[in-house]
Amino acid sequence: MKIPIIDFIYKKFIKRRMTIFIVGALLVMFLIILLQKYNILNAYIIQIINVSLVYVILAVSLNLINGFTGQFSIGHMGFAAVGAYVSATITTLVLKITPNSFSHYLIFILSLIAGGIVAAILGFIIGFPSLRLKGDYLAIVTLGFGEIIRTILNNIDYVGGPRGLLGIPKFSTFPIIFVIAILTIIIIRNIVYSTHGRALLSIRENEVASELVGINTTKYKILSFVIGAFFAGIGGGLLAHLVQIAHPTQFGFMYSFLILIMVYAGGMGSISGSVIAAFGLTFLSEGLRVGLYSLSNLLKFTVGDQWRMVIYSLLLIFIMLFKTEGLMGMKEIKVLIPEEEDIHE
Amino acid sequence: MSSVLKIEKMTHYFGGLRAVSNFNIDLPSGALWGLIGPNGAGKTTIFNLITGVHNPSSGNIIFLDQHIAGKAPYQIVHMGIARTFQNLRIFNSLSVLDNIRIARHYTTEKSRYLTTRSIESQQNFLHTTIFDSIFRTPTYNNVEQQIKEEAYELLKIFKLESCMYSTAKNLPYGMLRKLEIARALATHPSLLLLDEPAAGMNPAEVGELMELIRFIRDKFNLTILLIEHHMKVVMGICEYIKVIDFGETIAEGKPNEVANNPKVIEAYLGKGD
Repeated sequence: MKIPIIDFIYKKFIKRRMTIFIVGALLVMFLIILLQKYNILNAYIIQIINVSLVYVILAVSLNLINGFTGQFSIGHMGFAAVGAYVSATITTLVLKITPNSFSHYLIFILSLIAGGIVAAILGFIIGFPSLRLKGDYLAIVTLGFGEIIRTILNNIDYVGGPRGLLGIPKFSTFPIIFVIAILTIIIIRNIVYSTHGRALLSIRENEVASELVGINTTKYKILSFVIGAFFAGIGGGLLAHLVQIAHPTQFGFMYSFLILIMVYAGGMGSISGSVIAAFGLTFLSEGLRVGLYSLSNLLKFTVGDQWRMVIYSLLLIFIMLFKTEGLMGMKEIKVLIPEEEDIHE
Repeated sequence: MSSVLKIEKMTHYFGGLRAVSNFNIDLPSGALWGLIGPNGAGKTTIFNLITGVHNPSSGNIIFLDQHIAGKAPYQIVHMGIARTFQNLRIFNSLSVLDNIRIARHYTTEKSRYLTTRSIESQQNFLHTTIFDSIFRTPTYNNVEQQIKEEAYELLKIFKLESCMYSTAKNLPYGMLRKLEIARALATHPSLLLLDEPAAGMNPAEVGELMELIRFIRDKFNLTILLIEHHMKVVMGICEYIKVIDFGETIAEGKPNEVANNPKVIEAYLGKGD
């Protein structure tokens, strides 16, 4: 016998892949918190996980612009810098709050959103003129934008100038970053697998044809760019409250390229690819540090830290040689694909 | 019969080259007209001018009593003109179904450029915003279902429903041609511009295509203007033909009149001594 309400709830919520994804993510979160509590994962590992999760937010949001909409933005850290400084200014300089009460955490979340919104507005301002043009203009403009932001921040004394903004309270704890990263993934996934997302995909596939089936390509390019910038701003805010310092060099173009590499190595147009690459590359970079240190001790011969980046780049070259389209290509893990989009042969 | 598309004295220059000169047409509702001419005559340029890819240097384009010259391509699509391309422009790495669904997308948002006729054909369509997509509201589900059902119906007409989930680039050429026509129809046009629909098709497919063009005109209540090199198609289905050479209209009339016109023969085959 079927009870209608239970049947409805079962079909609508329990049987959904999204539910599996959220429940799975929460389980992973609690597992890590538990391991942290019993000191199985030390603070170093937790810090790497936190940094990886921030990179997940940045890489997934850049993938929306570069992978799904087919535009070429290479100044993503510029938006992260805006978000970082805006939210850090609110929490550290204006309100001077510390992470000791729930309301302060709430203000922190609001400051993150404020940072995201300012980044999105800046995204609109630079996207509006450059996205109307077809071609590589966006790449040049975004690269310039990232550098301009860095230079401007270097010269504002209120936020510390070249000293950086110091003494930011550590609001970004593992659960907060984790939940925001999962929310980012869900929102970007919901956009991509929808009629609006298909409009973005059509711009990547063929811009002329897209325009000639009635899609206002300029509007959708700007939309994707603004959403990407918003999440970059949030990611930057989290980063500033994680490492407890906002410094102009933290947001240089080398870091923009790092995110770009994550998007390409993971696969253009694959959310799960970006997640895997963000974790993989962050852990690889740190793992090589530990690995080379142990190797030096073992061989009684100093293998300098400079070799870390050599091995790192070689591995990236091998990924690009043998998996040209990135680790995941354009494929997605199944829990992220809505049931309605399933292929019925 | 009322006129759907009226072009008056349209001229277009590419730098110093006059690609289209003084082109006039008055396309009645429900007509199936052909545009022919040797390579480089300016036929595709005329299509590009009508669909807003280029703006004409001078002249008027009036579609359902509205001036459309100078409007953006997507605005012209919203008004009810759809087209296909000479060199296919399919969304290659997306599925066949997605190709159709993308063309149906603009009808889910409120457009300022609809004509009375497109409003009529779209009054049952649900509207949605990106927030519906992000939060997966009931509106989103209804819109997606509506789009999918309609796309499936359309694919069935073109006998493409069996491969609706395959990636478009894996389809054979003839099917891609049909897919492109289906995609154009998904935008709910009242005027359909077909740019060499029979190019690259084998004789059996050409025969099928001719049937299909006649069928969709009646089923969707369309006016069709087509460019074609395949004389069997042009002579077989067009009611009226305009012949272009070097941007100039050199002849027009019923198929048999045009076929025997010495100017047309000269344009295609050259002048005898």
